[in-house]
Amino acid sequence: MLAQRLASPSVFRTLPVFLMMAILLPLLSGCGYNTIPTAEENAKAAWSEVLNQYQRRTDLIPNLVETVKGYASHEKDTLEAVVAARAKATQITVTPETLKDPEALKKFQDAQAGLTSALSRLIAVSEAYPDLKANQNFLALQAQLEGTENRIAVSRRDYIQAVKDYNLTLKTFPSVLWATFWFRSNEPFANFTIEEDKMQPPKVDFGTKQGG
Amino acid sequence: MGGQGIDASGFMRSACTRFRTMAAAGLLALAAMLFVSVATLAAELPALTGRVVDNAGIINDAAEAALAQKLADFEKKGSDQIVVATIPSLEGEEIEPYANRLFRFWKLGQAGENNGVLLLVAKNDRKMRIEVGYGLEGTLTDLHTKLIIENDMVPAFRAGDFSGGISKAVDDMVMVLQGNPEELEARGKRNPADNSTPMDPIVTIFLILWATMFFGGLAMAFLPPMFGTKLSPGVYKWLGMTFRYGRGPSGSSGGSGWTSGSSNSGWSSGSSSSGWSSGSSSSGGGFSGGGGSSGGGGSSGSW
Repeated sequence: MLAQRLASPSVFRTLPVFLMMAILLPLLSGCGYNTIPTAEENAKAAWSEVLNQYQRRTDLIPNLVETVKGYASHEKDTLEAVVAARAKATQITVTPETLKDPEALKKFQDAQAGLTSALSRLIAVSEAYPDLKANQNFLALQAQLEGTENRIAVSRRDYIQAVKDYNLTLKTFPSVLWATFWFRSNEPFANFTIEEDKMQPPKVDFGTKQGG
Repeated sequence: MGGQGIDASGFMRSACTRFRTMAAAGLLALAAMLFVSVATLAAELPALTGRVVDNAGIINDAAEAALAQKLADFEKKGSDQIVVATIPSLEGEEIEPYANRLFRFWKLGQAGENNGVLLLVAKNDRKMRIEVGYGLEGTLTDLHTKLIIENDMVPAFRAGDFSGGISKAVDDMVMVLQGNPEELEARGKRNPADNSTPMDPIVTIFLILWATMFFGGLAMAFLPPMFGTKLSPGVYKWLGMTFRYGRGPSGSSGGSGWTSGSSNSGWSSGSSSSGWSSGSSSSGGGFSGGGGSSGGGGSSGSW
């Protein structure tokens, strides 16, 4: 039966087509159709992790401010600067959808950098108060703050790498073929613009007063 | 509509020329980047030779053996991988990014759990760091690691007792991680020590056998009528063999059909041997990371 159906000429004509499709369709994904969406989602996920870590820092700050206030209430300016910088930083968010806009990223970055420097000033000022330095709560917050700064650095490095990978898929062979013929609305993501040496969390120099 | 067509053809042409230059430039850039990153990153990271990698030579042999045993026992209990590493120098790098890089290079902790811990000591830089994997950040918090560094390691290191300080730090880390026994046990149950390795070769062999029979039979049914030369109705000659269809399995040609199917075994034995070797290399002997990652948890200190 099978042989008779196989022997009929119409089956011979359509069979190669089916075979070709069966072979080529999986190759479509193997050939890199998925490369660009995958890289894009990786970059977006990396950005969410960046936001997550910045949010973690933002959440720590009220506790830190309260603790410091109890011991160093007359460092009013420094405390207020931190609160103001936190308020400013929380207003600016960059959702994964607006990652293509370098301006938005720049604003976000500036706001967070403002908060970083206000925080490091607060920590530096706190060093002048021995009671505060010995306070368990303050020690805990300080350890968490250090950890958070490091996590921010790691997540930013991961984001930079993910964006590099994504932008490369849009510009290099063979995925550039998909980019030009299929994913034409995909644009490269903006990346952090500061130099490598400033990517590290700022060094808090204990014992010396920081001017600005 | 017409405008769109013109646009499209113009686009095609410009895309073609653009594509050539971009492809060349892109490939060059990619190759250069790969080469540079491999050369700069992989060269300086030490190899994971065991649970205690004492490249700086500051832990005495007895303490090293005891530590390795303790850490192996602890991994059996809850699948958490703790690794102690000492290096002579960071060579100018900060300890935080280095520790993170090393942690990810070694892939400490189980793949889904990320429950690894790296205790890194850089001797000449007089710095240490406890890097905690994602999955343990909630248990071994930044504060815990800070306290362990400040209370256990710094005083001992200042007195020159590296082995003692590191042993004490490991004891305390284990204590903290055991602080929540139910969670530890649950982790251990989710990641039994030898779950996948004995299954792999059997599954591989089964799949290869199945694939050979299935695709061999399929190929035998379809390919000779398509590509072979027709001798008579239902009889085809292909690749020097004669295939007969429709008359039931007539002795010799049916046999030749089967041997042509299993002549693919050159290909399948090749892949089966690679399956064996990869399976045995992951299970054989030494200690290796389980595929975990870290996001920079933990804390650093100096002495």
